[in-house]
Amino acid sequence: MIIILTSKLIGNSNKGSLITSGTKKRPDDRAFDEMRPLKIEAGVLERADGSAYLEIGDNKVLAAVYGPRELHVRRLLKPNMAILRCRYNMAPFSVEDRKRPGPDRRSVEISKITTEALNPSVFLEKFPRSTIDIFIEVLQAEGGTRCAGISAASVALADAGIPMRDMVAACAAGKSDGQVIMDLSEWEDKEGEADLPIAMMPRTGDITLLQMDGHLTSDEFQQALDLAIKGCQIISEEQKNAIKNRYGD
Amino acid sequence: MVQSIVPQIIKESVVNLIQKGERADGRALDQYREISLETGIIKKAEGSARVKIGKTQIVVGAKPQIGEPFPDTPNVGVLITNSELLPMAAPNFEAGPPNETSVELARVTDRCIREGEVLDLEKLVIIPGKKVWMIFLDLHIVDYDGNLMDAAVLGSLAALSNTKIPSTTIEGDEVVIDYEKMVPIPIKEQPLMCTLAKIGGELVADPSLEEDDVLDARISIGLRVDGSICAMQKGGSVPLTREEILKSIEIAQEKTKELRKSIPKE
Repeated sequence: MIIILTSKLIGNSNKGSLITSGTKKRPDDRAFDEMRPLKIEAGVLERADGSAYLEIGDNKVLAAVYGPRELHVRRLLKPNMAILRCRYNMAPFSVEDRKRPGPDRRSVEISKITTEALNPSVFLEKFPRSTIDIFIEVLQAEGGTRCAGISAASVALADAGIPMRDMVAACAAGKSDGQVIMDLSEWEDKEGEADLPIAMMPRTGDITLLQMDGHLTSDEFQQALDLAIKGCQIISEEQKNAIKNRYGD
Repeated sequence: MVQSIVPQIIKESVVNLIQKGERADGRALDQYREISLETGIIKKAEGSARVKIGKTQIVVGAKPQIGEPFPDTPNVGVLITNSELLPMAAPNFEAGPPNETSVELARVTDRCIREGEVLDLEKLVIIPGKKVWMIFLDLHIVDYDGNLMDAAVLGSLAALSNTKIPSTTIEGDEVVIDYEKMVPIPIKEQPLMCTLAKIGGELVADPSLEEDDVLDARISIGLRVDGSICAMQKGGSVPLTREEILKSIEIAQEKTKELRKSIPKE
């Protein structure tokens, strides 16, 4: 334990003195403001009302939407609007060490913040007393699955024909190796100094999800936030392309 | 099955068609839907496959872990099969602990793979009685369009055939795992499963979603390459006759030969 801490400290102090932000190559050769390769496809499942498949780097995520449909849990029902429910789940084989099936504390939290990230984008008042259910399955995880899940879910909502203000796009920025960077890989997230995932509606600039962990100065935070916003805008274009590819202009 | 409500009119039309020797999607009674199989799709899993039969889609992952053997079988490795009928796969599937259908699917798949001797479990022993490879086989059902059993066995076989485990050596009391040197898992046999549905007194292969919903009885038969039987499961509330069962085996022996062609050559 102590050994790990010491080596990390030395590493940081060395790098801090040598680096001007945004000039150093990353382990996967990306520039500081470069996203991993991104691919989004809409309408990939037969049974779901809407679905999407998203790959970013080595992340592989499926999202499916059912609804608006009847809500059987009466205490959740809202007389004037629909409710949105999300379930984020990781496949047991999606990570290095097999994950036990079923929800854990992490996936419960991510399900909650995903619901909250998507909620403002949907015209829920159009469907009183009903539910819209979103299921996100992480088939392979490589850092940034919550953002991938949200971006995929939004495309699935559009594929299901649910009226929305905008498609929510999500992207993380953070700091690794002393440098503020866009779209952290698994390694950069684990070894890095800070992680800042956000989700936004690019049309209005409204940010619907914001989390952070790690350590950033307020200047670095601002840089990171701007990088994450830029990332969301890139993802947003791909989301639109996915829908166009499926349904035409 | 996870019961879904089927209008009587649909049931009647499916039954009437089958009694005329036809099916709603234009197939012959013994004809499978289109099958597609991709392997090695999940890098983080040591073995993986995506199988589609019609629109039914299953992602299968195999992950090896070192563990202790069961006390009653100290000299063989461990195979654990698990399935998740994801709520994304059908509107009537619900999140939560595995239900009857999911457990039956996992257990029947396990039996077919185990009794069909896909894996040479004895070769998965590292230190007899102490350390063995445990293979976790996870079936992730992402789209349900009927006939899960055949897809599950086909996907499992493909994922296992594609699985690599790190080589191990024993130095003194310690097991040294060499992740640089990955070796294919020892595969012995290639069993497959063929499911037939009894609808309106006729037997049909590869039941579609509609047929799965209205079937009177279902019989799934696991067969090795030589046509010998390694697993069977009857489902549905209507009985089968001796003749129907024997005829099913005959059809299954023909059909598994066809299914086998979809397995990629390693």
